[in-house]
Amino acid sequence: MRAFSGRFIALVCAVGVLAAIMTPARAGPYEDGLRHFTADSFDETIEGINAIAGSGNALAAQVIGALQEGRLLFSADEKRVFIREAPDQLIEAETGRPVAGGIPSDLAPVRLNNRLRRIVEAALGSLTLMAPDPAKRLEAAQAVLRSKDPNALPALDQAIAQESDARIKQALNEARAAVVLYLDSASDADKIDAIAVIRQRGDQDALALLGGLLGSASPAVKKAAADAIASIENSLALWSALQNAWYGLSLGSVLLLAAIGLAITFGVMGVINMAHGEMVMLGAYTTFVVQQVIRARNPGLFDYSLAIAIPLAFAVAGTIGILIERGIIRFLYGRPLETLLATWGLSLILQQGVRTVFGPTNKDVGNPSWMSGSFDLGQMTITYNRLWIIVFTLLIFVGLLALLRFTRFGLEMRAVTQNRAMAASMGIRTSRIDALTFGLGSGIAGLAGVALSQIDNVSPNLGQGYIIDSFMVVVFGGVGNLWGTLVGAFTLGIANKFLEPYAGAVLGKIAILVLIILFIQKRPRGLFALKGRAVEA
Amino acid sequence: MIGALVLRALDRGAIAFLATLAAIAVLVPVLNLALPPTSPFHLSSYFVALFGKYVCLALLALSVDLIWGYCGILSLGHGAFFALGGYAMGMYLMRQIGTRGVYAHPVLPDFMVFLNWPELPVYWYGFQHFAYAAFMVVFVPGVLAFVFGWFAFRSRVTGVYLSIITQALTFALMLGFFRNNFGFGGNNGLTDFKDILGFNVQAPSTRAALFVSSMLALMLGFIICRVVVSSKFGKVLVAIRDAEARTRFLGYRVEAYKLFVFTLSACMAGVAGALYVPQVGIINPSEFSPGNSIEAVIWVAVGGRGTLTGAVLGAVLVNYGKTYFTSGVLAPYWLFVLGGLFVAVTLLLPRGIVGTIHYHWREWRERRRLAAPVPNAAPRPAE
Repeated sequence: MRAFSGRFIALVCAVGVLAAIMTPARAGPYEDGLRHFTADSFDETIEGINAIAGSGNALAAQVIGALQEGRLLFSADEKRVFIREAPDQLIEAETGRPVAGGIPSDLAPVRLNNRLRRIVEAALGSLTLMAPDPAKRLEAAQAVLRSKDPNALPALDQAIAQESDARIKQALNEARAAVVLYLDSASDADKIDAIAVIRQRGDQDALALLGGLLGSASPAVKKAAADAIASIENSLALWSALQNAWYGLSLGSVLLLAAIGLAITFGVMGVINMAHGEMVMLGAYTTFVVQQVIRARNPGLFDYSLAIAIPLAFAVAGTIGILIERGIIRFLYGRPLETLLATWGLSLILQQGVRTVFGPTNKDVGNPSWMSGSFDLGQMTITYNRLWIIVFTLLIFVGLLALLRFTRFGLEMRAVTQNRAMAASMGIRTSRIDALTFGLGSGIAGLAGVALSQIDNVSPNLGQGYIIDSFMVVVFGGVGNLWGTLVGAFTLGIANKFLEPYAGAVLGKIAILVLIILFIQKRPRGLFALKGRAVEA
Repeated sequence: MIGALVLRALDRGAIAFLATLAAIAVLVPVLNLALPPTSPFHLSSYFVALFGKYVCLALLALSVDLIWGYCGILSLGHGAFFALGGYAMGMYLMRQIGTRGVYAHPVLPDFMVFLNWPELPVYWYGFQHFAYAAFMVVFVPGVLAFVFGWFAFRSRVTGVYLSIITQALTFALMLGFFRNNFGFGGNNGLTDFKDILGFNVQAPSTRAALFVSSMLALMLGFIICRVVVSSKFGKVLVAIRDAEARTRFLGYRVEAYKLFVFTLSACMAGVAGALYVPQVGIINPSEFSPGNSIEAVIWVAVGGRGTLTGAVLGAVLVNYGKTYFTSGVLAPYWLFVLGGLFVAVTLLLPRGIVGTIHYHWREWRERRRLAAPVPNAAPRPAE
């Protein structure tokens, strides 16, 4: 119903405008304004722009737009103004119809300088305030907010009266308030009202607007502005804290994805897999290959590329993980330090292998449409890819918890983690559990690679960037308990993002590392440590 | 007393090894300086610098072997101590440039002028004196290792946990040194050196002298390590390596032993770094990268963990292989070789080259003794 009435009003307006065009031309402000352009003087041109912008004529926007783009031509002899629509098509500015008859020989574009360009922009801003396209209207309102052009005030009032879209109306009101704030003739009461409107807006633009006021205004206005600034700064600080928390959650989820597989293998087998980062990298490259195939064979499936890549990445990384366990790690049991070295060697081989096959440069992995873009939540910007990664991480986490709690494999895994010798004597085939666990941990790393391919550069060094952070998560969170990894990852992620604004990215990272070194003084085996005599074994 | 200690520490094999090192230390400069370039036995200055580099890395390997081979501490951050020693030496060399830099500033190094530093930061004071720089070469890595080790060993961080934390340490230092405002030249590091103790760094005679100094440092390091590991103290270290908890229950202060040997090893690594920098002509933050530290561990593993000669041999062999591979068309395959080396050595040659030879030699001798009618053959010492 509301939409209908909106359209109805628009229709009425359109009819009115049409009627205005249809009435025979008479010398109104619009036609007078056009005359000013034929004088070829900057001052005259300004007068012309102001007259046309205030005229309310339907052609005004087109004329000013043409002026901005250098397509407005004039003939000084015949006192006529034309718009060049196409290289060989001229429109009579007065009537808006194609030129009939002879074209004057002394055509020249109306000239602009920088001062005029600003005036043109402001005029155009106020003219498009009533454009039929809502996006354009919103843009125009924001342009006026920035330009604070007093000439736009009548147009703004008119636009506010007509506007039906609540969001645009809000923007228009704010634009009007901005104009009033810097209008010398406005009363203090009006200005204070305007400050209230701007205060509602509460972002950096609002701060800039109010900050500019502090120099010149009367004491009452100054006080209101200062109050508003203080309140906006408070709310901005809150929002930036929220935004940091969001970034922290996002980083934490990435860390969790990268670290969770590591934590499982470390928990069950007591070995650190230095090639874990390379499993992440292989997952990312699997995504790349899937997308390449889709691009070549069936571009329509592109939005499903990640859904296809997820099981494949799990399978690829998981299989390689099992091969590593069967081929190398099982010969090194009881020698965790040697395992560390051997897997480091493997990571070098895998990296160089990928570099040989795919080349050393970054590969372009695209975002499917449902993962690109962002939306605003208050003063926060939330990108869809980060949001989906958090969801994806939590799904994996819950899935793993369920696997550990409710399946036979999970039960056996927990048994081996707690006491390998006892589990073996109860008939659990520990070597099979080891292989499967290693495969599972690597497979999850592959899944992490699918997610990371969406937010990071896919290169042979992808895994290297995450491996030390994942170690920190495992050391901090402790092993043998997934909750420790969860808490560790999110704590480190959020702490990192909150330290960054104060200390910078690098110093923040160093501070975190130092804090972890101090932390393990207190709890050498992490937050959630396994207890009992099996630990020392 | 010290003399007696040293004499007891040096068995026949150690003396033979030291003699070999001394022979090389004499031979290389002679072949380089005394022979005309046309002679087939002439050694170019390039090789002298290259061998000098290997010798420094061998000293680093020795320091890693001392803690890993004899005390079971796998440090994946020993490159940090090496690089810190290198930076201390680099700072001295930077101060020696004086007005010959691009900006000809009498006090500030070029990069500081470039970054608009108004004056020399306090921690650069005193580095124009060689003695002070030489002291810092040992002192800075030593203090860092002492503080870090004190924290880590006291809370009984062992095994892979310790390895990961040491790796984080060198990673953190790398991030820090990459920053321009740390005052160490950012990612360009320190380079463009001119003089050391008044001699041109590039001159063949200086290079030869640096080579000899590195050799002497390596020999001294070897003797120190020998003294440590053959003393009663060294036996306790081996006990800690093989069964830490038991050693503690026997009443030894495990933390104190570990802390001492860790700090000593870091000081040695610092000296190695300080001798390395003038020979390669640059020190930059990539020396801190965790990969470098792990590579040092593999030199030891190749040569033979727990054998000091093995560490030296492994460092030279692997680095010669690296030079051989990366300077030719085989360059893309070097990482395959290095990675394969990690895997193959841990799987197939866990004792390393020298360790395996020792093992078979000992077995052969054992068998011969068993064949002879000797009652009460000594029990084989535990590994």
